[in-house]
Amino acid sequence: MSLILDKINYYYGKGTAFESAALKNISLAIPDGEFIGIIGHTGSGKSTLIQHMNGLIKADSGSIYYNGKDIYDKDFKMTDLRRKVGLVFQYPEHQLFEATVIKDVLFGPTNMGMDKLKAELAAYGALKAVGIGDDLIDASPFELSGGQKRRVAIAGVLAMSPEILVLDEPTAGLDPAGRTELLNLLKEIHETKGITVILVSHSMEDVAEYAERLIVIDEGEIKYDDEPRKVFAHADELRKMGLEIPQCTELMGKLADAGLNVDRSCLTVEEAVNSIIGAIS
Amino acid sequence: MVNFDKVTFEYIRRDEEGNVESINKALDGIDLDVKKGDFIAILGANGSGKSTLARHINALLTPTEGTVYIEEMDTKDEDNLLNIRQKTGMVFQNPDNQIIASLVEEDVGFGPENIGIPTKEIWERVAFALEKVGMTAYREKSPNNLSGGQKQRVAIAGILAMKPECIVLDEPTAMLDPKGRREVIETITELNKKEGITIILITHYMTEVVGADKVYVMNGGNVKLSGTPREIFKEVDLLKEYKLDVPQVTEIAHRLRQQGIQLPDCILTVDELVAALGAGICL
Repeated sequence: MSLILDKINYYYGKGTAFESAALKNISLAIPDGEFIGIIGHTGSGKSTLIQHMNGLIKADSGSIYYNGKDIYDKDFKMTDLRRKVGLVFQYPEHQLFEATVIKDVLFGPTNMGMDKLKAELAAYGALKAVGIGDDLIDASPFELSGGQKRRVAIAGVLAMSPEILVLDEPTAGLDPAGRTELLNLLKEIHETKGITVILVSHSMEDVAEYAERLIVIDEGEIKYDDEPRKVFAHADELRKMGLEIPQCTELMGKLADAGLNVDRSCLTVEEAVNSIIGAIS
Repeated sequence: MVNFDKVTFEYIRRDEEGNVESINKALDGIDLDVKKGDFIAILGANGSGKSTLARHINALLTPTEGTVYIEEMDTKDEDNLLNIRQKTGMVFQNPDNQIIASLVEEDVGFGPENIGIPTKEIWERVAFALEKVGMTAYREKSPNNLSGGQKQRVAIAGILAMKPECIVLDEPTAMLDPKGRREVIETITELNKKEGITIILITHYMTEVVGADKVYVMNGGNVKLSGTPREIFKEVDLLKEYKLDVPQVTEIAHRLRQQGIQLPDCILTVDELVAALGAGICL
């Protein structure tokens, strides 16, 4: 199931004195089964971009094709797209509202018109996928810890069996263990269910470790769209955009500058340790 | 400056008749002694009691048992409230929830105006505070158009205008991009070094803790570890048990040492590891 964005432009306050371009000429192809990271400073246009992906925001010009069909066509069913592209907003746990965990997760599929049995199967499956055990399904969502609430909220989107799962800073405010747990969960969903995951993040370390493809947005434009290893080779440019490189990539660069024969492009602690040992011995 | 004496705090849930349904001990006998001018960092997993502790420092919460003193003032004594809140300001996670006025300067002046400071002095304080956080150029701008890091600096300026002796920051960088995070940490480090303001920083980012004078690690409502960043980050395995982490370079150095490579005890920054490895190679 592919999604193609073709020359998308979007303006805030179009036609007013405050008109400003939020997205400029964005072209992007999202084929099946990728794990994509999106980085960019606050206000760079990341959130505006992902809201185009399921039609929440309509572009001022350009086209979006879902499986070859133009989503702005009059007879295109937007509900189909919204079902297939699941969006998890920042702090999704603020949107929990039902009396029990299972009811909250059931809300999406039921609302979509799934019959009761199917919806329940989907909800139980989604809760299992995010690691919420049977002991919690009848609990009030408000009794759960922050990390658990967030996983329930993600289950609510998963229960609609999306093909593309877009998450806007899903790890903000979680402790390091909670962060790793959630990212591993996304990786597992991606690998076992073949769902495309699009992860918007402010943590360079997280996208370096998990994403297979990294998109950098700056001032409403795509600046880089490549493997994380290649993107993080542009340390100076990224810093100018208010971004960073992972600490271990910075370390390897400095070691290489100091004359040690290490791989500059290391993205994770594991890679860095191996490269340093290789260089020393 | 800030003293906790065997502080226990319980969140008590009651049913409709007022009977106790459950008790959740968020703080369990905490002792804490923060000296004036210290830069303190508090680490801990979600639910470990960090924010509950922070809310005791400016008397948003008061202990179920034990006592919190802010410069000898007991936070339970309501006569001290105004004084305590003026001395200890708080910055929260979401900048959008803390900014109320339509102009940056009005937002910063809101606090002093509220406690009846004369107009002339309010403006002096606003000018001073904005300069300290490097936001003077945005004085007459709308806070809406600022980046996350800038908004947090305006929130800090609003507290500075109250002439506090201590600022408590509860995950001030959780929602910010890398540049915003750096701006906020640089700003509070400078306030600590140049103005002598006591800083208590709660964070989940291990690299932000490296510059602190002392780090407290919380778990299950208790302080489990305390010491300098170097002493704390030595405990790689223990920290992971508490659902925390160490900076990436510290972890790399730790693993290299396990592989038998000679390195100093606890590396905290990229430059330290580069220097240490470089020195080793020359030998």
